[in-house]
This record gives sequence, structure tokens and C-alpha cells, in this order.
Amino acid sequence: MSDHHHPTGIKRWLFTTNHKDIGTLYLWFSFIMLLIGGSMAMVIRAELFEPGMQVVEPNFFNMMTTMHGLIMVFGAIMPAFVGFANWLVPMMVGAPDMALPRMNNWSFWILPFAGTMLLMPMFMGGDFLQGQGPAFGWTFYEPLSGQYNKLGFFIFAVHLLGFSSIMGSINIIATILNMRAPGMTLMKMPLFVWTWLITAFLLIAVMPVLAGAVTMMLTDKYFGTSFFDAAGGGDPVLFQHVFWFFGHPEVYIMILPAFGIVSQIIPTFARKPLFGYASMVYATAAIAFLSFIVWAHHMFTVGMPVAGELYFMYATVMIAVPTAVKVFNWAATMWKGSMTFETPMLWAIAFVFLFTIGGFTGLMLGVAPADFQYHDTYFVVAHFHYVLVTGALFALIGGVYYWLPKWTGNMYSEKLGKLHFWLSTISVNVLFFPQHFIGLEGMPRRIPDYNPMFADWNMISSIGGFVFGASQLIFLYTVIKCIRGGEKATDQVWEGAEGLEWTIPSPAPYHTFETAPEVK
Amino acid sequence: MSASKTIKTLSRLLCAALLLGPAIANADYELNLMPGVTEISQMQYDLHMLVLWLVTVVGILVFGVMIYSIIKHRKSKGAQAAQFHESTTVEVIWTIIPFAILVAIAVPATKGLLEMEDTSKYDMSIKVTGIQWKWEYDYIDEDGVKFISQLDEASENARKLGSGVDVTTVENYLLDVDNPIVVPSNKRVRLLITAADVIHAWWVPDLGVKRDAIPGFINESWFYAEKEGTYRGQCAELCGKDHGFMPIVVKVVSQADYDAWVANQKAAASASAAEDTKTFGMDELMARGKGVYDKSCAACHGPTGAGVPGVFPAMAGSKITTGDIAAHIDIVVNGKPGTAMAAYRSQLSKADLAAVITYERNAFGNKTGDVVQPTDIK
Repeated sequence: MSDHHHPTGIKRWLFTTNHKDIGTLYLWFSFIMLLIGGSMAMVIRAELFEPGMQVVEPNFFNMMTTMHGLIMVFGAIMPAFVGFANWLVPMMVGAPDMALPRMNNWSFWILPFAGTMLLMPMFMGGDFLQGQGPAFGWTFYEPLSGQYNKLGFFIFAVHLLGFSSIMGSINIIATILNMRAPGMTLMKMPLFVWTWLITAFLLIAVMPVLAGAVTMMLTDKYFGTSFFDAAGGGDPVLFQHVFWFFGHPEVYIMILPAFGIVSQIIPTFARKPLFGYASMVYATAAIAFLSFIVWAHHMFTVGMPVAGELYFMYATVMIAVPTAVKVFNWAATMWKGSMTFETPMLWAIAFVFLFTIGGFTGLMLGVAPADFQYHDTYFVVAHFHYVLVTGALFALIGGVYYWLPKWTGNMYSEKLGKLHFWLSTISVNVLFFPQHFIGLEGMPRRIPDYNPMFADWNMISSIGGFVFGASQLIFLYTVIKCIRGGEKATDQVWEGAEGLEWTIPSPAPYHTFETAPEVK
Repeated sequence: MSASKTIKTLSRLLCAALLLGPAIANADYELNLMPGVTEISQMQYDLHMLVLWLVTVVGILVFGVMIYSIIKHRKSKGAQAAQFHESTTVEVIWTIIPFAILVAIAVPATKGLLEMEDTSKYDMSIKVTGIQWKWEYDYIDEDGVKFISQLDEASENARKLGSGVDVTTVENYLLDVDNPIVVPSNKRVRLLITAADVIHAWWVPDLGVKRDAIPGFINESWFYAEKEGTYRGQCAELCGKDHGFMPIVVKVVSQADYDAWVANQKAAASASAAEDTKTFGMDELMARGKGVYDKSCAACHGPTGAGVPGVFPAMAGSKITTGDIAAHIDIVVNGKPGTAMAAYRSQLSKADLAAVITYERNAFGNKTGDVVQPTDIK
């Protein structure tokens, strides 16, 4: 390999077109966002620790729930998966880099500006403590969001995030379809690559829909149109249809790559091939297809015709079939394996258990008559945190531990990794499991204060939340320690690991596969 | 229903044993949905329990297999990895089984949904309007029975940041209102639900009703309560700053009590109509205006008229409260579209409107000396 000239210092990161550098940028960006969004969750749990208002004003509380959701979805989870794709897709398919390296640079560098624009109104003019940032929920339903007088910042931030996601997706699709090594047929691709290929198509399909929704908000607010304003002949429910046509595929965008990561980790530590590779690919595609035709199950109470409610109920519960196929496959992969339980495997196993609980409550929510009781309560909050925190985030953390030795060349501390795992897994259940009970008992979501009958579980949930939040600092410490040094990793790293990324040295050299490998 | 009671007891024990054994000793730790008091809420509860049990059984089986392999098939116990994979038979079976379970759920769910959404029959109708942050109820079969229902004073005072009140001493904290809605038992009550500003949702769990209140649309829902009693609920759709503070209270009473209540309401309405042409003194208007302001305006514009900088405008020294009287009346009566400022025409009587405008023009250091009379409100 020739010694390649590239800039150093800040310029290396600003001008980089290297997929590994860009992957690293994405991962650090999303971790910072995770800490910011997490701090907001701490404010929420502090206010809900006891009944009565103790910490913040109601509007500030609404701003916290809103910004927490937006930051976690658009700032933490989505960019983290793009970071993984950048690091791993070229290495997994035997490509030297991403297909469109300059666009890759741009799709990352839009993000810090978009994030800043999203956060900015919180600190502009007026009184910070009264909550002057977006406070209309991460779903920004009209007409409530239209009442907000700094809406433009939010709209342009969403547009920028959309540009970034679409460019990232184009790049991933182009890389996977055009840059695979000879012999790497589609049905030989690692499952992580498959799930990202499907996710990228979902992103390209729905991000423009989101852009359309916020553009209509923009013209309603500033140019006198009435898309969502009934007084001008518009339809507030139209907003929800458009939003959820984006929003439902969006939740799969955040979980399909997690399925991919878990499908890499479990076979490695079970030392046994994935039970049904082909059916996993088909199940992923089926879930992606279904995600487009179930959106209105988020809106059972808006007053749809009963035929519509029946259709959306049937289509929604159907998702349980391909999802069950996936869970059965992971269980069958572990069955009669020769398992060891290094940190990545612990996170992957916890993912399968806890994501499945989120799937179960998802099925319950899909049953329309019962959803009329669950809708907009803490039961829903518990459900989507089981799929997004113990689902998406757990897979991401497991993935970091799994590939960290390949990225840094050093082994992380198993002791710290396991401490991080056990603290997180116990506390996350103390945090979210009681929220099922609070919701069934009748506590609506997005309220800053509540009747004392909800007090007991709220306090337990808050305690779990504080411990879970603090545990993530162990993660930060463990990762930094691993970057700085540690026991040297072998090329293979894990005894059972298979795939092209484990054939190159650890740490992965700056340029890999400049000559394409042969895949048999 | 004794079967569901057994199920409830069992599920509580199960949850307790599995999760938080020690914490459960306190009876307050409620775990499950309530069956409520209507056939619909009972149907929702039964469906909830059906699906909960199905997923519990599936969960025990799947998690059981995984836990078994985690214990038995580990390398440290000398387990050798089998290399089997791909089996069409197995995969067909585990696709068909979940599908069959879904059909078993869909049948009762369809029946329940059709029953729930049948709004064709009703004995009486109430129009429910969600307003930031209160509810307006209009008994459309009873002339003049129309009122605003909002958080009661005890909760309102206690819920302020730094109020110093121990909220556990406030009865029905955040779940009590000044004017509850009253309906007769054994009547099918149709609700026509809409909103004046943003989307709200009218939810009373015991009645099995949750329905979005959407500006420009009228949604229908219904309930039939046999058991007399007081049933409480809350707004379920985020509707701005005080979303958490707009409860719903429904009193189901006997037909005789209901008739008496209606007569009372009508008498009060005609008394209030008589005030529309009366002329009040300044002091009278100021005293009354303060009461109206504290209840209807202070939530946004602040008890001292300071507003919330950058969010809600101040009353003290503002162009509107110290400027043209007609413009001031207009914004209070007709609201300001596209903002949280509601049209108070339908919410307050002319006397109350006159009083609150007079108050705003002469309180918070505004010294216009203007007096607005009910007859000034067009």
C-alpha cells in the first residue's frame, strides 16, 4: 500500500472523504447527541419523580419531551446507524471506500449545523426557563406546532436532516449495488449489509414525504396557505396522515439495521451460522413493505371510518409474522450452539429478549378497540422505549463493543463492558417496565404533573432512569480507554467471527481492499 | 365477571413474582387496565387480557427456549456447535402459527370495533369542545345548558411551581373540575367532539371513550353507563402548555337528579342573560374582572399581567390594553387566529367580557380609566 498523503489535524476531519473517518465522525456526533437528549430525559424524570411541580415550568417540560424525542431520533439513533454503515459496508462487501466519497463528507457535515439550528431557539430571546424552544411534541402535530413563533428554525433543521439522510442513503445503495467484490453475490452479503440496503430505500422513499409535511407547515405559517388549517378549508388530520406515512417507515429505519447488527453478533458467539439466512432477508423486506401500509394505526382515535380502522388493524398485526420469524431465527441460531458471553453477545441477547417485549406490546397496541385505552398513555411510552432503547440503542452499543477492536486495534475492558451491560440492563427495565403499569392505570403521556395515584411507579421509573443515564458514562470511559490502548486485538478478533472485515488487520488500515478480494 | 377477576389476580401475582416482588406489598402499586363501567370498556379490557395472555404464553415458550440454550449450550460446558441451518418445514410452521394467533385475535377485535363505532342510536347528545385548556359542554337537546369546565381551584393553586402545597393533601388532585358534566344513567349518550384551537382528546377510561377533538371536524362517540357515580379522565392529546391540566369529570346520576340539574342550569343561564343589558359601576367591573382574568387569562398572560417573554404577550403596558378600546374588545371576543389567543365570545358572558376588558385596562399599572359595559360587546 502506498503512503497516501492526507491533511492532518482539524483539516483531516473537515475535508475527509475516507469512509472510516466519516464513520467515526458520525458515531461521535451521535454519542454527543445521545448525551444531550439523555440529559433532557433526566429533567423529565426529575420533574416526574414526585407529584406536584418541583423543577420546571410546564412549557419547559413540554420542550424537554419534544427536544428529547427529536434529538434521539434524528440526532442519536439515525446518525449512529449511518456511522456503522460507513465503517462497515465497504469492509463487508470488499470495497475500497464508499461509492460517492465527497457527498459522504457533505452528508455528515450538514448534521452539526442542522443539530445546532434545531437546538438554537431554546436559547434565543425571551426566558430560557419558560421553555421557548419547540414544545409541541416530536410528532409536531398541526395546528399546535403552527402556534409556535420560531417555527422556521425547526422546519429548516428538519430539511437539512432530510438532505443528510437522503445523501447518506444514496451513497449506501450505490456502494452496495456497484462496489461488491467479485463473488460477493447479493445473497452472500452479510445481513447487516442487507438490512442497510433495505433501510436506505425506506429513507429515500419517506424523507421527501417528511420534507413535504414541513414545507406545507412553512407555507401555512408564513405564506398564508391553509393545508392544515380547517378555518381556511384545510385538514388538520391530513398532517397526521402525511407525518405517519413518513413516521411509520421511520421507526423501521431505526430498527432494521439493529436487526442486522444482532444477526452478525449472535452467530459469532454461538459459533453457528444464522439459522435461516434467506428467510431473514425476506422477513426484513416484508417488514419494510408492510411499514408503508400501516401508518394510520398511530391515529385510531382521530375518527376514521370504521372500514379504515379495520384495515389498519389487520395490516398492523400482520407485522407480527415477519417479526416473529426473525425472533425465532435468532433463538434457533443459539440453539445447540457453543455459546460464549462476551460483552457484544450480552447486548445482543438482551436485545432479543427486550425487543420482543416491545414487539408484544406493539401487537397489543395494534388491536384497535384496546388501543383506544392505550393510545397516548405511558403504555405507548413504555412500548416505543422498549423497541428504541432496548432495541435500537442496545444493538448499537452491542455493535460498538463487537467492532471496537477492529476499529481501534485494541481490546476493550471486558470487566467494564460487563459492568456497563448489567447496570444498563437492570436499570433500563426499572425505568421502562413500570411505565406499562402507569399507562394502564390511566396516566396520559406528555404531562408534567399527575395525580398521586401514579406516584409510586413514577418514582421507581425515575430512579431507574437516573441509574441508566449515569451508566452511559461508563460506556464513554470504556470506549476512550480502548482507543488509548489495551491488549492488542488479533485480525480475527472473535473466534467465531466470519466475514471480510475480519480478514484485514486490526486496527483496519486507513485504506482497505484497494485490490478487491475474491469471495468464494 | 368472575373469570376476568381471576385473571386479574393471577396476572398481578405473576407480575409481582417476576418483577418487583418487594415493591408490591403496597396496595397502591396498580398494575393493570381497569374494566371500567360500560360494555365497551369491558370489551376493551377483555381484548386487552386476551392479547396479554397470548403474548405471555408465546413469550414463555420463546424465552424458555433461549434461556435453555443459554444455560445448556454454552462453550464453557463443553457444548459443540451443531452446524444445522435452513429448514423449510420449520420455517413454514413458525410462519403459520403466529398467523393463526392473529386470526384468533382479529375475530373478537373486529366485533368489538364495529360495536364501538356504531353511533347510529342515541338518547341524548352533548357537544364537547376542547379549548386550550378547558372543555366546553353544550347540551344540544336542552336550550341554554352550556358551560365551561376547567381545573378546580384547589388543584390550580397547588400545581404551580413552588406553590408550597403538598399535592397529596389535595382531593382528586388534577382530576377535579369546577363544572362537571352530568348525565342520566341508563341512557345512550352521544358525544359530538370538536375543538376551537388545536387538537385535544376527550378520554374517560371508565367509560371506554377516547376520541380526538379536532378543530373544524366533529367526531362522534358514545357511552351507556348503568352505574351511577363520578368518572374522571384527562385530555389525552398534547395541546400546549397546560395540556396536563384539563381534566374531565362525568357524573352519572338518576334521571330525577339529572332533570333537577338541568332546571338549575337553565335558571342560571337566564339570570346571566339578564346581565347582558345591565350597566355596572367601575368597582363592580374591576372586582368581577379580576375573577374572570385569574380563571381564564392568567394561565398565559400571568397573574401579574407580565406574560411569558417570547411566548405569551404581557398585559401590563401593552399596546392593546392601553390603546384603542375597539381593538382590545375585538381581540378578546374574536381571538387571534394562528396563535393560542382564543375567541372568548362563546366562552364568557357579555358581562364577564366587559368586566375582564375593564380590568385589563385598569390593572397591572394600566391606568386608562376606561369602563367597558356589556352593551359595548357586539
